[in-house]
Amino acid sequence: MNEKHYDVVVIGGGPAGLAAALSASEQGAARVLVIERDRELGGILQQCIHNGFGLHRFDTELTGPGYAERYIKMVKATPSIDVLLDTMVVDLMPDKTVLAINSVEGLQKITCPAIVLAMGCRERTRGAIRIPGTRPAGVLTAGAAQRMVNMEGYIPGKKVVILGSGDIGLIMARRMTLEGAKVLAVFEIMPHSSGLTRNVVQCLEDFNIPLHLSHTVTAIHGRERITGLTYAAVDENLRPLPGTEKYLACDCLLLSVGLIPENELSREIGLNMDALTGGPVVNQERETSLPGFFAAGNVVHVHDLVDFVSEEGDIAGRFAAHLAQGQTNVGAQEFSVTPGHGVRTVVPQKIKIDVKDPGTAKLYLRVAEPQRKITLSVSSGGMTLLEKRFPVAKPGEMIVLELDASQLEKVVGDVIVEIKR
Amino acid sequence: MEQEKRAVRCIVCPLSCLGEVTIEKGEITIIKNMTCRRGELYAREEVVAPRRMLTTTVRIIGGELPLLPVVSEGVLPKDKVLACARHLADIVVHAPIKEGDVVCRDILGLGVNIVASRSMAGADIE
Repeated sequence: MNEKHYDVVVIGGGPAGLAAALSASEQGAARVLVIERDRELGGILQQCIHNGFGLHRFDTELTGPGYAERYIKMVKATPSIDVLLDTMVVDLMPDKTVLAINSVEGLQKITCPAIVLAMGCRERTRGAIRIPGTRPAGVLTAGAAQRMVNMEGYIPGKKVVILGSGDIGLIMARRMTLEGAKVLAVFEIMPHSSGLTRNVVQCLEDFNIPLHLSHTVTAIHGRERITGLTYAAVDENLRPLPGTEKYLACDCLLLSVGLIPENELSREIGLNMDALTGGPVVNQERETSLPGFFAAGNVVHVHDLVDFVSEEGDIAGRFAAHLAQGQTNVGAQEFSVTPGHGVRTVVPQKIKIDVKDPGTAKLYLRVAEPQRKITLSVSSGGMTLLEKRFPVAKPGEMIVLELDASQLEKVVGDVIVEIKR
Repeated sequence: MEQEKRAVRCIVCPLSCLGEVTIEKGEITIIKNMTCRRGELYAREEVVAPRRMLTTTVRIIGGELPLLPVVSEGVLPKDKVLACARHLADIVVHAPIKEGDVVCRDILGLGVNIVASRSMAGADIE
């Protein structure tokens, strides 16, 4: 078997992996490898051809492929970074051996002192939400349709219905319309859209596409190809209301019903997982429960902005490079960070405090419900470290709180992040 | 002439104000329920001359992929977006392409160029 050794191995060549590789290299890692299963770098950005990316990172509005290209150019201009394309990681071992396979070199064994997991996320499917009915062609996830329409040159249908008002579903409503299809309706089971207002306005209202809130699809019809579906209103417990069912003829149903971090590799090596984010538990350096294994981007928690994915890649790459060069802060104490009242998830879930050099830490959190005029509080051992007011907070928009060294010094026990009552 | 009222949902910030614009004799007379000045400016533009960016694809011959993503260099009048997308559906380019290459100059005479949003190398012939 082909054997190689690197300082840092990054699994996944999307925005998190590219940022991690660059940052590891900048921090002195002499040999960095990015392993990507697709035929090119860039990950999901290559199919997200709409604009709005990069406002934080590059101070300008880029398309997804434009954002990817900036990072790909930087990676290609860095001689210490190698890239393996069309290559799948099949196994990881706790001693940080990576087994990868491709059709040119076959199976290869790669050893290294530090790994960054950057596998991203994938879409929830029809099976995940259990829609009854037949199993015809023409039912697919919005992201799969996005790849077909934007990269491969196929239109999955002409009379389209979209279930779920997540941003990918809204963006696809506009894409399908621009490509000449008729988008009949978008159904959302919740009483509010889970996508950005900007997308509701510019992807649906601009094209007079109706958004039916508190509605869901209750059956799919058709033998070979989908011929129509049944939809119904739902009650406050999200259960279909008997008597409200209606039939709608269509030849395509797109599902935009959520994303799941892709953690098969993480689970197989036994990383501690966070049941709410679906990703591994990490500290502020993005190190997981297993020393030498770091994680960043949508594999840790699903982001709404790629800019934050890149930022997380930076962090993971930096500390992976430090570890590879033998720099560790052995005297540090680790505390838990947990979501309290009104907060659904917080990343990182652990915080490592080195009293000699506490540094800074950013907390990325999501609230449980849409709310106005809230105060978020970060406390430890009954003492408030930080309070910040927000005019509006929505579950779909990640909130970032930054703790500086003077605040981190005061951490004496587990940290709680909550909305003040 | 009669008075017309139009609801405008602001997209400038996450507050998402639902403003109300009153139009009398073709002139905007009142903008209500916006929290800030930027929201009022947005509502005015949405009523007078709404504009949008356009992102779509064009066919590419000899490239790694059959499609090339493209973007308008600036905003287009909202009511011309669909016509521009239809126009671009008939355009074919040849690989290789560099990001920023003009794919369609001055689309439909609107004064806006459509450019490639990524580079695309030619496909390897095996």
